[in-house]
Amino acid sequence: MSRPELTITSPGQRRIEARFAALKAARRTGLVPFITAGDPLPQAQVALMHALVAAGADLIELGVPFSDPMADGPVIQHASERAIARGTGLDEVFGWVREFRRKDATTPVVLMGYMNPVAIRGTARFAADAADAGVDGVLLVDCPIEETAAAAPLGEAGLARILLAAPTTPPERLARIVRAAEGFLYHVAFAGITGADRVRIDDVREHVEAIRRHGDIPVAVGFGVRDAASAARIGAFADAVVIGSALVERLVGATDEMDLCQRARDFLAPVRAALESAEGVGRSGSGS
Amino acid sequence: MERIEDYSAFPDAHGHFGDYGGSYVAETLVAPLAELAAAYERLSSDPAFIAEFERDLKDYVGRPSPIYHAEHLSREIGGAQILLKREDLNHTGAHKINNTIGQALVARAMGKRRIIAETGAGQHGVATATVCARLGLDCVVYMGATDIERQKINVYRMKLLGAEVVPVTSGSKTLKDALNEAMRDWVTNVADTFYIIGTVAGPHPYPKMVRDFNAVVGREARAQMLAQYGRLPDVITACVGGGSNAIGLFHAFLNDPQVRIVGAEAAGLGLASGRHAASLAAGRPGVLHGNRTYVLCDEDGQITETHSVSAGLDYPGVGPEHAFLKDAGRASYVGVADAEALAAFHRLARTEGILAALESSHAVAQAIRLAGELSRDALVLCNLSGRGDKDVHTIAAREGLSL
Repeated sequence: MSRPELTITSPGQRRIEARFAALKAARRTGLVPFITAGDPLPQAQVALMHALVAAGADLIELGVPFSDPMADGPVIQHASERAIARGTGLDEVFGWVREFRRKDATTPVVLMGYMNPVAIRGTARFAADAADAGVDGVLLVDCPIEETAAAAPLGEAGLARILLAAPTTPPERLARIVRAAEGFLYHVAFAGITGADRVRIDDVREHVEAIRRHGDIPVAVGFGVRDAASAARIGAFADAVVIGSALVERLVGATDEMDLCQRARDFLAPVRAALESAEGVGRSGSGS
Repeated sequence: MERIEDYSAFPDAHGHFGDYGGSYVAETLVAPLAELAAAYERLSSDPAFIAEFERDLKDYVGRPSPIYHAEHLSREIGGAQILLKREDLNHTGAHKINNTIGQALVARAMGKRRIIAETGAGQHGVATATVCARLGLDCVVYMGATDIERQKINVYRMKLLGAEVVPVTSGSKTLKDALNEAMRDWVTNVADTFYIIGTVAGPHPYPKMVRDFNAVVGREARAQMLAQYGRLPDVITACVGGGSNAIGLFHAFLNDPQVRIVGAEAAGLGLASGRHAASLAAGRPGVLHGNRTYVLCDEDGQITETHSVSAGLDYPGVGPEHAFLKDAGRASYVGVADAEALAAFHRLARTEGILAALESSHAVAQAIRLAGELSRDALVLCNLSGRGDKDVHTIAAREGLSL
């Protein structure tokens, strides 16, 4: 299946770029919730995505469940196990994104996951199916830039390849990552797994400033953003904050679609409000 | 695939064995792995490091391990002569100590004082706890809760040696989950912690480093064959879970095209049952634990739960060099079911007075098959990678006895 129009226009990357350009113009910090696809209520997945947007999400990170998530802490491990047990596979994930796109043509959706499900489907087929469903970018946690050959079909299908930077990333390598990054750069706030509480704001600020010296790609900070307070502190200098484990934990046990969406709104609304009030603090002179 | 003249040229600088291997890890681990690769590269050509490693193998492990002619077993079969490379006679009872001694010396040279490891059957955990006790390093071993239950003796041995054993209750609660948990520890404590991986899997440089430390098995065996028998064996065989004892034996023979190489994977209740751990015989190329290799998984890429009577082979992936050797046609990999491995265990015990580990019993079973197909003057060299003391409870339980 050839998709020449996608190869040329790269709509995924464009939708992400448009979103970050709009945030910058409005001097707002982006809010990026992470949820594990298929958890906790597969039948309410699309409603949950719309609820997140209504509560202030600027971009949605949708976790593709994997049986062996080496970079994830217990909260997202268990969410993945539940999702897999309830039959969440790539076909379901693509189906939910496609349905979400019927009502929302502007909010970027980034899939976050591990290499094996992609490799087993075939990277080219995965990329074509994802782009066709309306996915904008893909973040493969265990596929660093050294293995770019393995991820090449993503770009060919028009998907933004979202890359990670970490506190352990040395300067020359960071420069290479910033050059190769598409859409935005996901900065991991500390050496550890998702959901841990080890974030030191001054270190994170220094790292984000180091990234900005290498280029002007938008920087989203994830790992360790747990609530309105931590989001506001990091949002003062990052272009976006990613909030995952704390949200996933809040959604566990939702009884039905209404309860689920209410929990999402209750969790996200104060975070959004905190970001609004902390706007632009410390971001002047950073070039963004 | 092109014909390969020199197998020692692999992996390349980024850890690729042809299409396999590499370094599929989270960004946080990329720099620490590069640091490890550089340190290992430097140490592996440092005469003082090599001399210390070889001295420890000789005086502490008891190397070289002998090659023993299993005359009585061979006579009973009536085919080829079965020769056993006696890694079971090493200190701690298996080949695993070769690698842990090497990696602990690397850790010490890098100034890391905290060691972590994963273990399945417990042999690698014991071998790691052993070297940590000797070098005064802190030791934390991750072990699946299921494996802790079926390998109680090894768990206690690790504790006696001063290690902390952490039960892993995620996923299938076996070796793969212990590896995930050890990786999570490493990514969190990477500044002061050294991860001693127990098999030829994981991200680069582990598959190469672990192979190099175990390659002493094949180097010795090749020289012993020439000295004792005046020729190389016709076939060599070893069991393959992650594949460290197998690559250890195979590596010195890869450039000897006249030597046939056969790996024995755990076929569990049979390949057709779906309850096995034969990644090469029944899996497909994917990515697991930091490298591209053959894995057992479903259509969605979810790793499937494996089954084997032996905890050490109960792993849904396999070292990338084995994947490469399979595709290159240099080695073949066959399944040996639980029942056949158990029969081999009893037959070796009865004919030769040797209790083999259940893992190694898979290799013995394959050696028995091969011997039956070959003439009396043929030589089959089998890696007896570990001793079976740790398995007597499992075997007794299968026979309805409680000890």
